[in-house]
Amino acid sequence: MITKIVSKNFDIPNSHKLEIAKQNGRYSSIEKLFSMSPSDVTSEVVASGLRGKGGGGAPCGPKWQLMPEIDERPRYLIVNGDESEPGTFKDRQIFEYDPHLLIEGIICSCYAISANHAYIYIRGEYKFFSDRMQEAIDEAYEAGIIGETVMGHDFKVDITVHRGAGAYICGEKSALIESLEGKRGHPRLKPHGKECEWFFDNPATVNNVETIASVPNIVENGAQGYTKYGTEKSPGTMLFAISGPVKNPGVYEMAYGNKMIDFLNTLGGGMIEGKKLKAIIPGGSSCPILTAAEVEKAVLDYESMWDIGSTLGTGGMIVIDEDTSMVDVAKNLIEFYHHESCGQCTPCREGCGWIDKTLKKVLDGNASKEDIQTILDVCETMNGKTICVFAPAVKDIIKSILLKFPEEFEKHLN
Amino acid sequence: MSTFVFTPQNEEKFQKYLTRYPNSDSCMLPALWLVQEQENWVSPEAMVYIGERLNKSPMQVYEVATFYTMFNLKPIGKHHIELCKTLSCMLCGSKEIKEHIKKTIGIEPGQTSEDGLFHLSEVECLGACGGAPMFALDGNYHEKLTIDKVDGLINQCKGVEK
Repeated sequence: MITKIVSKNFDIPNSHKLEIAKQNGRYSSIEKLFSMSPSDVTSEVVASGLRGKGGGGAPCGPKWQLMPEIDERPRYLIVNGDESEPGTFKDRQIFEYDPHLLIEGIICSCYAISANHAYIYIRGEYKFFSDRMQEAIDEAYEAGIIGETVMGHDFKVDITVHRGAGAYICGEKSALIESLEGKRGHPRLKPHGKECEWFFDNPATVNNVETIASVPNIVENGAQGYTKYGTEKSPGTMLFAISGPVKNPGVYEMAYGNKMIDFLNTLGGGMIEGKKLKAIIPGGSSCPILTAAEVEKAVLDYESMWDIGSTLGTGGMIVIDEDTSMVDVAKNLIEFYHHESCGQCTPCREGCGWIDKTLKKVLDGNASKEDIQTILDVCETMNGKTICVFAPAVKDIIKSILLKFPEEFEKHLN
Repeated sequence: MSTFVFTPQNEEKFQKYLTRYPNSDSCMLPALWLVQEQENWVSPEAMVYIGERLNKSPMQVYEVATFYTMFNLKPIGKHHIELCKTLSCMLCGSKEIKEHIKKTIGIEPGQTSEDGLFHLSEVECLGACGGAPMFALDGNYHEKLTIDKVDGLINQCKGVEK
């Protein structure tokens, strides 16, 4: 079931050290990279169908093509390592076990979009992981792999690690750039048409850590080496994570298209003794919940998940057992969103608090049927009326729990 | 003029940060981190200082420092326990761990112990769901926590062998 592309070196002792990394194939794509033109690299990535692994699943290649023509302005690659979505803990594996793969991916991606400086934005809590990443970068500078030239090739790449400081919203790409510009992490208004991102008014591309770490393989083996895994529309592999009351929680790389229930029962090891599956939140907490019956049908690729009314998200599954109250689950998650709402848009800032308060009322046994309706109404008010997709995500998860497990909420009503 | 200044080592790091960005505005978070590493918290004087160094008003620094939850805006205890409370940890027993910590060191989340040794925070997802329940102790992750493991770590901080 496991297909290792990104995670190939994870189990090798000291794989984060340059010497070991090189012995195990790191930086082997660089020679081929410089035999290609930047637009050839981009075309190859477009042809590979590589999709963003940070949650949205937008194709990576077409995103690169949004970069404007080269002019006097500097261009930037920004790598999103803010990984804060509950249930998601995959990028940290790359920082910890194969930081040189990320550096290699950054070199390839910078070359493709003609950027000379990359920033890796790592969530503040990941101190160990950002230190590990920095050590690898220092090693790479020392060895002449990055810096004024790349392994003797006339191309400049600088890499800077930028630590966040505890704000979930900075995982949203425009909030991340605001944060990188030294401001509060408030998402920006989106342009009408498709365009690149802007870092101090300079063109920039934001990609997830795992996405960038997938690029060297595509450069080295071509698009076909990547599309032979996965499904037609979701090609390649992804670092899927599983957590909650299962025997083997962890991160496992698989091709897209495996059945969720098989993943749970084989790599996940199944439920821990005496527990029965009730539901799974599929890809980080912002995806609509799936009941046990829906889990039986779920297939792990973007299109299949949309077909059953949810999303694949980051691929980080949270498993919920029969003994857990869904009211507690909803309350726990709304507390998270209430805490993390950046406060910029009223429907989100007030809506999260409102739902949080109302769910407390439900738990305290003081709520009536109208209160449940109020939550559903607030969800609708939050959906589609804010600058970023934080509020629609809250609506997705809270509404799906409420509608799929109504009897659990009714039990608490007076 | 602010009464705060960077130590020579931190000044050196700050100067290096200035070379890494197209605009010194980007050094806001790095500078706040340096302050917190130096003082264990971010004081109003330090915010004025950062403002002076980055050509920002004290309020512009304050609005950033208060937005990000990891900056301590008050002095806290020597050892900081950040206990994850989000879903995977909740499902795997973070509440029991919380009760045990509360009982053992006698403080509620958000409080510092009387001897100034511990500060307990309940925080949102730390991205260690596969190792739930977990906390960060002084920034280091400790995963798959059990009562015994927690006791061992607390005793280590107290300097007593178990």
